[in-house]
Amino acid sequence: MAQSPTAAASLPKSRLRLSAYGERVAAYTILAAVFAWLVVNFLDNPQQFLSAAVFGISNGALYALIALGYSLVYGIIELINFAHGDLFMLGTLFSGFIITVVFGSKAMSAMGWVAFLVALVLVILFCASINMSIEFLAYRRLRHAPKLAPLITAVGMSFVLQFVGLKWNGSTQKSQPSVLPQGYIDLGGVRIYTSFLIVLAVTIPILGLMTWIVTKTRMGKAMRATAQDQDAARLMGVNVNRIISFTFGIGGALAGVAGLMYEQTVGTTRYDLGLQLGLIAFTAAVLGGIGSLPGAVLGGVLIGLIQGLNEGVRYGAGQRWTQSVVFSILILFMVFKPTGLMGVSMREKV
Amino acid sequence: MAQPNFAVPVPQRPQNVDRTKRSWPIGFAIAAVVIFIFYSFILPYLTPDIRTVVQHWMPLGTINTALIWAMSALGLNIVVGYAGLLDLGYVAFWALGGYAAAWLMSYFVPVSAINILGNAAPGTKTGLHLNILLVLIGAAAFCALFGVIIGAPTLRLRSDYLALVTLGFGEIIPQIFKNGDDFFGHNISNGTQSIGPIDAVEGVTARTTVVAGVAQHTDVGWGDLLAFDHSGRFIMFTLLTALIIFISLRIRQGRLGRAWLAIREDELAASAMGVPLMRAKLAAYAVGAVAGGICGVAYALQLNRMLPDPFTFSVSITLLAMVVLGGMGNVWGVLVGALLIAWFNSTGLPEIGDTVNGTFGTNIDFPSYSFLIFGGTLVIMMLFRREGLLPERRTRLVLHEGAAGDTQAEEPDEELVDQAGAVK
Repeated sequence: MAQSPTAAASLPKSRLRLSAYGERVAAYTILAAVFAWLVVNFLDNPQQFLSAAVFGISNGALYALIALGYSLVYGIIELINFAHGDLFMLGTLFSGFIITVVFGSKAMSAMGWVAFLVALVLVILFCASINMSIEFLAYRRLRHAPKLAPLITAVGMSFVLQFVGLKWNGSTQKSQPSVLPQGYIDLGGVRIYTSFLIVLAVTIPILGLMTWIVTKTRMGKAMRATAQDQDAARLMGVNVNRIISFTFGIGGALAGVAGLMYEQTVGTTRYDLGLQLGLIAFTAAVLGGIGSLPGAVLGGVLIGLIQGLNEGVRYGAGQRWTQSVVFSILILFMVFKPTGLMGVSMREKV
Repeated sequence: MAQPNFAVPVPQRPQNVDRTKRSWPIGFAIAAVVIFIFYSFILPYLTPDIRTVVQHWMPLGTINTALIWAMSALGLNIVVGYAGLLDLGYVAFWALGGYAAAWLMSYFVPVSAINILGNAAPGTKTGLHLNILLVLIGAAAFCALFGVIIGAPTLRLRSDYLALVTLGFGEIIPQIFKNGDDFFGHNISNGTQSIGPIDAVEGVTARTTVVAGVAQHTDVGWGDLLAFDHSGRFIMFTLLTALIIFISLRIRQGRLGRAWLAIREDELAASAMGVPLMRAKLAAYAVGAVAGGICGVAYALQLNRMLPDPFTFSVSITLLAMVVLGGMGNVWGVLVGALLIAWFNSTGLPEIGDTVNGTFGTNIDFPSYSFLIFGGTLVIMMLFRREGLLPERRTRLVLHEGAAGDTQAEEPDEELVDQAGAVK
């Protein structure tokens, strides 16, 4: 769709004040119900509740990393990069390949740590370069095409990557040995797994680095400028193609880190993992407000928490409903608060 | 000095009214009758070699499956091709239609048998048993209702958010059926156990009497369609496909269809011209869902039971690939695309694989390449031929409009940049 430099008129939001009022009431009712559910579960068994919450947050950190990739790309070219989840899946396969096949590490050891660090660097490069090549080969040519075209291309790319995963990993789930320390710390009945601490130890510095790149560096400034208005950025001397490529690179790197962490903590690889986790992570990005980076992190942690609680507490719906719960949240948010928790209102550019 | 020509140009016939479309039912009927006669009356009497080849490459069961896919793709075409709303969860309507059929014409519903012009198997004591026509209407209405329920709160969203929400529904609804053996304490779908068998439908049957491997004579009659009565199902599915084609073509020419095209091309301009956006979009969802529901009923009849496993995201994507490959918005393109991909998926790819492996002594698992083929098709079509194989002229213009009238600055010419650098 054409982007005009002038401010666009937004469509009338709602014709009736009454309906807006009703919506607000419905939104608060749902929030109150969720809160009541949390309180009931907490009082029922606080230790179980907290264990589930800790487990959920650990998953949430991974979702945050993937969600950032979606949010970065959406922020800059308004494309839902469907292939991102599958990139994450290739990240899990690649880290498994490096650690288990190349280094042959199957348990915690000094060599295992070396393998882990090398895999971290290599998986970042691997995923970043795949994401950049996809952008270069496909999305770049479709930048001026109607919105449907890049979206369908992204879906197609997702299938191509799934095919690579299928050939690489086989059609069944494979379990991978972990080189991270196992076991858990018992804090008054609440189990905190060591892998959780390692996920945080890797994720938090990387998120800090990300924030620094986007807010403090020249490259980050150019990224924000491109996100605001590509034409104006180009007039100011920003090489828009390079910036978009760079953004895809960062998104891919984050997916790669998430892939390594998933492979090491959860310990399984599957070729269709990307679809499932990618959709959950996208929900996280929307929940936080798509395009907003702190929002993506918050959304990721919240979705992880919700999933952990849903699967871990007594009155939860259980694992077989996880997908439905997450998508219901997505739909509720889309209906009641399309801007997400921390997003700014984005008008459809005309 | 030449006189300027102020003459009003002679109004021409509107170009977009395609008059061949008025006679399509004849061609369609001829094709269907030829296929029916070939499979029922000619094929059984041919030599075993030919029969084997046909049974391998193009069995009637595959044609029926392809017709089911085609119905669904035509329904999706209304939503994606006409109204331009990307729907990534169309499989939900397929599942809803199928389960509606399973509820309305099997033992499943726990009431003592209610038979409304139905055809309950003898000895069935429970369940609803409706006539197939009533089931079709019921499933269509049920799906239309769900289309509106899904559409109503979400249609004011941005186009790509809408895709996500439909995807969400496309994941939730099959999961409800999958876990439906305990849905808030009720059994609504037997879960993965599946509901079946579904009441046999009455229709045209063509049965060939075979004695010692040699076909003797073929009897055509009216009766219950059994599991292998492909020719009877073929007639039914052809009629249903024709119905959906008819609906698609007629609505396309009418006020609603023109409103959809306007929305597809420019939503803002359409609303400024007085097109009621919400109502037109909801109608697109409802009509698309009706086709999905009919397709679901056909699917339940084909399988003779209803199980939740086939309804995955990849079905929605395959349908989208059919619409894109054939040509978004063009009914005939979508029909061809759907038949082609469905055949390729169910019979073509494995058969080609067997042939290649047999000829060259290789051992390649061809069906596992379907991911690559579909994904690659979508990408390549979008990059090089966005309008599909059989495009509508109108769609082609829209999709290649690109940045016309736009203020997009192009990349600076490398040569000019170099010259500027040299001047400095």
